Amino acid sequence: MFRRLPDIAGDRVSFTIDGRPAEARSGDSVAAALLANGVAACRNTPVSGAARGPYCMMGVCFDCLVTIDGTGNRQGCQVRVAPGMAVETQDGKRGVER
Amino acid sequence: MAEPNQGKAGQGANQRGGEFDIAVVGGGLVGTAVAWGLARTGVKVAVLDEGDIAVRPSRGNFALVWLQGKGMGMPEYAGWTRASTEIWAGFADTLRQQTGIDVAYRKPGGFMPVLSEQELEDRANAMKRLHNQPDMVRYPYEVLDRAALLKEMPFIGPEVAGGTYCPLDGHCNSLRLLRALHAGLERSGVAYRPNHRVDRIEPRDGGFRLTTAAGEIRAGKVVLAAGHDSARLAPMVGLEAPVRPQRGHVIVTEKTAPFLHHPTGYVRQTDEGGVMIGDSFEEAGFDTTLRPGVSSAIAERAIRFFPLLGKLNVVRSWAALRVLSPDGYPIYEQSATAPGAFVVTCHSGVTLAANHALTLAPLIAAGGLSDAFTVFSARRFHVPQAA
Repeated sequence: MFRRLPDIAGDRVSFTIDGRPAEARSGDSVAAALLANGVAACRNTPVSGAARGPYCMMGVCFDCLVTIDGTGNRQGCQVRVAPGMAVETQDGKRGVER
Repeated sequence: MAEPNQGKAGQGANQRGGEFDIAVVGGGLVGTAVAWGLARTGVKVAVLDEGDIAVRPSRGNFALVWLQGKGMGMPEYAGWTRASTEIWAGFADTLRQQTGIDVAYRKPGGFMPVLSEQELEDRANAMKRLHNQPDMVRYPYEVLDRAALLKEMPFIGPEVAGGTYCPLDGHCNSLRLLRALHAGLERSGVAYRPNHRVDRIEPRDGGFRLTTAAGEIRAGKVVLAAGHDSARLAPMVGLEAPVRPQRGHVIVTEKTAPFLHHPTGYVRQTDEGGVMIGDSFEEAGFDTTLRPGVSSAIAERAIRFFPLLGKLNVVRSWAALRVLSPDGYPIYEQSATAPGAFVVTCHSGVTLAANHALTLAPLIAAGGLSDAFTVFSARRFHVPQAA
């Protein structure tokens, strides 16, 4: 669905999405990296279970919540992807201890 | 008052008239519960409410349906509260059948954890004194030491010394309760009139004339369930409601998977997963401004009880105003000088909603409160102050 602009530079960054190896560019937000890797739906909502994905990309809509390095409900668009980062999509409510 | 109600024609703001058997002043949890119960008896009811910016504790409360610890100094209140917890499930069921709205009432029993051995002893003694009162309507409870509490809540913090437990305690989704009651009123043909702040009530022709911000209403009886505003309205019909606001802060976290399977007096997990943290008590008049210091204090205490809460994000916090009488207990009274006028006010509008709807309202519809309610009269405040 999303393609990178041809003039985008930056080093390659390896991370994981639900345990699978994935690649991003240095400077990408987690939300952008998910979209670039074809993961449009990053969670299901806690109440109705409807699928949600990154939307506003600027910290407002809270739809891009994911688990990052074991901490749930992080805003993917507000965190830069880092080498070795473990990003997990969320199914329903986060657990209280993660 | 012989004229029948003219139905829904002419409910416009400037329409004079509107004839009802009973006008309930107040559209919060107390007023709607009473009105809902009145409508079930077949009488024609109007609910006169303020607008969106009314002081509305019903939108800010903690949603416990709670018995534990209640009734010191007034054992009848323990009995009244216990009765409500016993009919609450049926009440919730009736609401769901009528409106399709599930108010998420659960009665898993509630805990009051404490942070020291001394506090545990004090609490156990308080419960003993409560149950040793003459005429006390007893209810089951247990005092648990730390080991026993750990079996129920393995995630309590290291300082938690134990707690008390009452199997009749529970909670609900009180926002949905308010919504369900309003939906129920609509389905029962009750005339809900927002933006009808009542300016004046006059006994007239055996009934009452209510002058409101949006016209005049006549009713055979009037029930004052206006929360804080009942203090102003009650003297107009020979009653009194000396209530004052007491502020309480509440914090709610993001929704998490269910882990807290019992409500506690200060922390509970809602049916949708958010964790509510509450229980501050502040005398601050009608100011609902949030005080970060208070929010911090209640959050800090909650984390001492349940350290795992520290990882959760807070999504909202607010302050609401309890409606408190001088002794904290409800006032239920029928006017001696204007016999069709009643006052109904309490702090526990959620816990007592079932009683208000199913027990109190039918008595009001039938004519008057029974002798059992004498103890709840505001006349109890007329004793001279102790030196």
